[in-house]
Amino acid sequence: MNLAATTAKAVPLCQLSDLIPGSGVAALYQGGQNQSGQNQGGHNKDGKQKSAPQGEQIALFYLPDNNPSLYAVSNYDPIGRANVLSRGIVGTINTRLVVASPLYKQHFDLLSGVCLEDSRYTIKVYRVHLDQQTVVLEV
Amino acid sequence: MHRSSDNQKVVVVGNGMVGHHFVTTLADLQPDCEITVIGAEPTPAYDRVHLSEVFAGRSPEDLSLAGDGYDKLGVLAHHGDPVVEIDVDNQAVKTRAGQTYPYDKLVIATGSTPFVPPIPGNDHPGCFVYRTLEDLDAIRRASRDATTGVVIGGGLLGLECANALKNLGLETHVVEFAPGLMGVQLDPDGSQTLRRHIEELGVRVHTSTATEQIQGHHQGLRLNFADGNHLDTDIIVFSAGIRPNDQLAQAAGLEVGERGGIVINSACRTGNPHIYAVGECALFQQRIFGLVAPGYRMAEVAADQLAGGTSEFSGADMSTKLKLLGVEVGSIGDAHGTASLAYTYADPVQKIYARMNLTEDGQKVAGAVLVGNCDAYDQLLQYFVNEISVPECPEQLILPTVNGDSVLSADALPDSAAICSCHNVTKGAISQHIAEGCRDLGELKSATKASTGCGGCAALLKNVFDRQLESLGIEIDTSICEHFAHTRQELFHICQVEGITDFATLLGKHGRGSHGCDICKPAVASILASLYNSHILEGQNVGLQDTNDHLLANMQKNGTYSVVPRIPGGEITPDKLIAIGQVAKQYDLYTKITGGQRIDLFGAHMQDLPLIWRDLIDAGFETGHAYGKSLRTVKSCVGSTWCRYGVQDSVGMALLLENRYKGLRSPHKLKFAVSGCTRECAEAQSKDVGVIATDKGWNLFVGGNGGMRPRHAELFATDIDDATLVAYIDRILMFYVRTADRLQRTSVWMESLEGGLSYLQQVIIDDCLGINAELEAQMAHIVGTYQCEWKTTIQDPEKLKRFRQFVNSDAADTQVVFVRERAQKRPATEEEISLLAVEAQS
Ligand SMILES: Cc1cc2nc3c(=O)[nH]c(=O)nc-3n(C[C@H](O)[C@H](O)[C@H](O)COP(=O)(O)OP(=O)(O)OC[C@H]3O[C@@H](n4cnc5c(N)ncnc54)[C@H](O)[C@@H]3O)c2cc1C
Ligand code: SF4
Ligand code: FES
Repeated sequence: MNLAATTAKAVPLCQLSDLIPGSGVAALYQGGQNQSGQNQGGHNKDGKQKSAPQGEQIALFYLPDNNPSLYAVSNYDPIGRANVLSRGIVGTINTRLVVASPLYKQHFDLLSGVCLEDSRYTIKVYRVHLDQQTVVLEV
Repeated sequence: MHRSSDNQKVVVVGNGMVGHHFVTTLADLQPDCEITVIGAEPTPAYDRVHLSEVFAGRSPEDLSLAGDGYDKLGVLAHHGDPVVEIDVDNQAVKTRAGQTYPYDKLVIATGSTPFVPPIPGNDHPGCFVYRTLEDLDAIRRASRDATTGVVIGGGLLGLECANALKNLGLETHVVEFAPGLMGVQLDPDGSQTLRRHIEELGVRVHTSTATEQIQGHHQGLRLNFADGNHLDTDIIVFSAGIRPNDQLAQAAGLEVGERGGIVINSACRTGNPHIYAVGECALFQQRIFGLVAPGYRMAEVAADQLAGGTSEFSGADMSTKLKLLGVEVGSIGDAHGTASLAYTYADPVQKIYARMNLTEDGQKVAGAVLVGNCDAYDQLLQYFVNEISVPECPEQLILPTVNGDSVLSADALPDSAAICSCHNVTKGAISQHIAEGCRDLGELKSATKASTGCGGCAALLKNVFDRQLESLGIEIDTSICEHFAHTRQELFHICQVEGITDFATLLGKHGRGSHGCDICKPAVASILASLYNSHILEGQNVGLQDTNDHLLANMQKNGTYSVVPRIPGGEITPDKLIAIGQVAKQYDLYTKITGGQRIDLFGAHMQDLPLIWRDLIDAGFETGHAYGKSLRTVKSCVGSTWCRYGVQDSVGMALLLENRYKGLRSPHKLKFAVSGCTRECAEAQSKDVGVIATDKGWNLFVGGNGGMRPRHAELFATDIDDATLVAYIDRILMFYVRTADRLQRTSVWMESLEGGLSYLQQVIIDDCLGINAELEAQMAHIVGTYQCEWKTTIQDPEKLKRFRQFVNSDAADTQVVFVRERAQKRPATEEEISLLAVEAQS
């Protein structure tokens, strides 16, 4: 992690205590785009549609014994077409660190974002680091 | 005869097992044949060999061989109307209803009829024969008001019939004219051993007893014997041999044998070049073949001949292995072996008897008799059929094996050796498949059909398969994934023996790399849960859990979840039903009744899951484990409490079972059902564990499943009491949990067990591995440490952390969009989502 990257803007995302060791969580990056390219649309409990742009959903994985210990990729599974990757299992396939989609089990490389089963799909990868107890996104 | 169509018209008389086999074989060989099959029975062909299982709870539909397959094959089938005349000059047959069917080739497959000895009074009402589904119905109807039943005839079919009467709850007698039971297949000592078994089961055996007369007596019948004694009974079933149905052929001028049977040559053709005969109605070299396998061979030969081939029938080996009243009996070749060298082994305590007759030179097996234990059968049969020279100490062939190792290596068998006699699969055919790339036993089974008949060849098949692979230098990689060079079973064993309680330790000591993957992690999570039963979202376990276990709910296609509260046995109070309705309404959940008698609530956002569960738990619900590889439901019918036919409290039993096994984590999901009587309304035979009530207790079925590859459960034990039922299920489940592969349903697991059902019975009932106490203790631990995972979860802030949609925002995922259909919500399609967005912008 290079804190001195001068052009980068550092956006605090969440606290270290929000992360789950050995697993993933999702965080919202308000400044971002809606990463799936889909149009917005939502549904409240009272049944009305709303359409406020939400920003980018980021899946954060925390592997305390690993170096680096923090990984961030898009939460959107382009094959299953839902925001679920933070809920996948992390592991290695031929030493490549991957997350398995909880929907249909394709593997996405946590460093490059490439889908191992179908290289037509690549998910966005984010640079993140820890600043004291804060998880910081570099944009 | 002159015909316009070029297609050969083939008419088959008789739609029994062999006629059916002929039809399907020919349709396969020559699809353009015009085949017509005419059957006297009202139903299409069914599996007569397993007829008696209907008494044990199997449905008649289940025995059907033909199904709707005839339509698909383009075969014309005509049922419930016998052929009454063959007009050989005009090449046509006539049925009783007056239909005429012309033929180019005719195949007679009329089977045989039970022989009823000419005893005065043999036509009283209350006298039956046992061969067809209709016979079975008649016997069943008559037995309702009966207490006693007599079978006349102590042969193979007679004993089978005695078993059926016993299953109907009758006091059962077998009356045999000859001095011993099964005199054809067994020598006197074998016959005596069988008798002791059968008498111990409560069947009364009267040998050397000639019946002189049958009279009506009070409400029932009386048999008067030649020795002056008599026996009173309600019903009598004759099973004194069979007589080939050859009358049609005889009337048409075809040659028949002195004691019946249509004479055929090795092409299965009769004296008339256009007429063939196959199955039990045919006489080849002065012999009738009263078993299904030789009949199938004849059918194949006749079909091949009609298709222009040159196959020949050369007689058949009449060796048999079967279970009579639960007693294993085997007979090979010359059972009596009067002139030959004989080895015998007898265990009077276990009532096991084995005899092996050698040829005069002491080199080859000439015949054998096995009673009480048939483990040696497959091997002896191979020695006999392939004329292999016996080992130096031939007695080892019949002595009980100490560690289950067989003496005969698959290598010693010639390529022509039939490994599966039901489907005539040779060792050569198996090698061929392996050479063509088959590496999986299941694949081999479906490609060759081997081991899908009686199943008796399973162990030998596996042996041959493994040896063949080995000899080709092919090693089967059974590693679960790249991180562990072990099978699931081995990992289970390692964790248990070394007391390993977490993934990291296991990976460090026995695996590779430092992460694992989505294959080994959930598999190990399941093993740890089965062994120690700690909470699956506890500490280190968290990152191991698969999609649904991850948040204790079932993920649906748009990333939302469905929730299933447990409704044990499908029994629910109105208040609880209302409570579910209220929760569904409050969180706007799509609601659907499942096939397992409970209610599934869809479309829950992950952050709502703890709230939904708090409400459900307050209303008295527990987690339904619908997300886990664990016990789902125990479906039940209302049973004797409400139903007019019920004989046991099926709901009570379902509740007991569901509450007992509800927390158990297993290699795959488990479904149970309990039916209150043999009508089987709960469909227990399609479940991993099926329980069907009988007048005396419960019948236990195991290894069934629905889904992609439906499989019927196998009958594991009959008439057992509550405690035995629970003990057996405890052991079976724990044995499954220990030994199955990851994601292996019980059905596939049972198929993969060498020796299948009977091996499982030996482990569970006879404790042949000596592990039952351990299995029960392990289950007791699981039952004793049960916790509702959701209840624990909502009380623990640490666990609740994972249910936040976003760690840094309370927002919902706005990309999850629902629309309404039939008054409930459902996920919007992509088109709908873009349409909605356009509307919102305008
Ligand atoms: C209870 C029981 C248990 C058995 N157990 C075993 C076992 O364990 N192993 C084994 O190998 N064998 C067993 N058998 C024997 C096996 O069932 C027979 O060998 C086999 O069914 C013979 O087949 P098939 O087609 O020749 O005769 P069947 O199956 O009898 O079929 C003949 C059919 O032709 C019909 N038919 C007769 N006349 C006419 C006509 N004129 N017009 C039209 N149709 C006609 C009959 O109604 C019948 O449906 C058992 C039999 C029974 C009854
Ligand atoms: S299985 Fe028997 S007891 Fe249960 S509902 Fe059906 S008929 Fe009644
Ligand atoms: S011998 Fe019966 S299935 Fe193979």
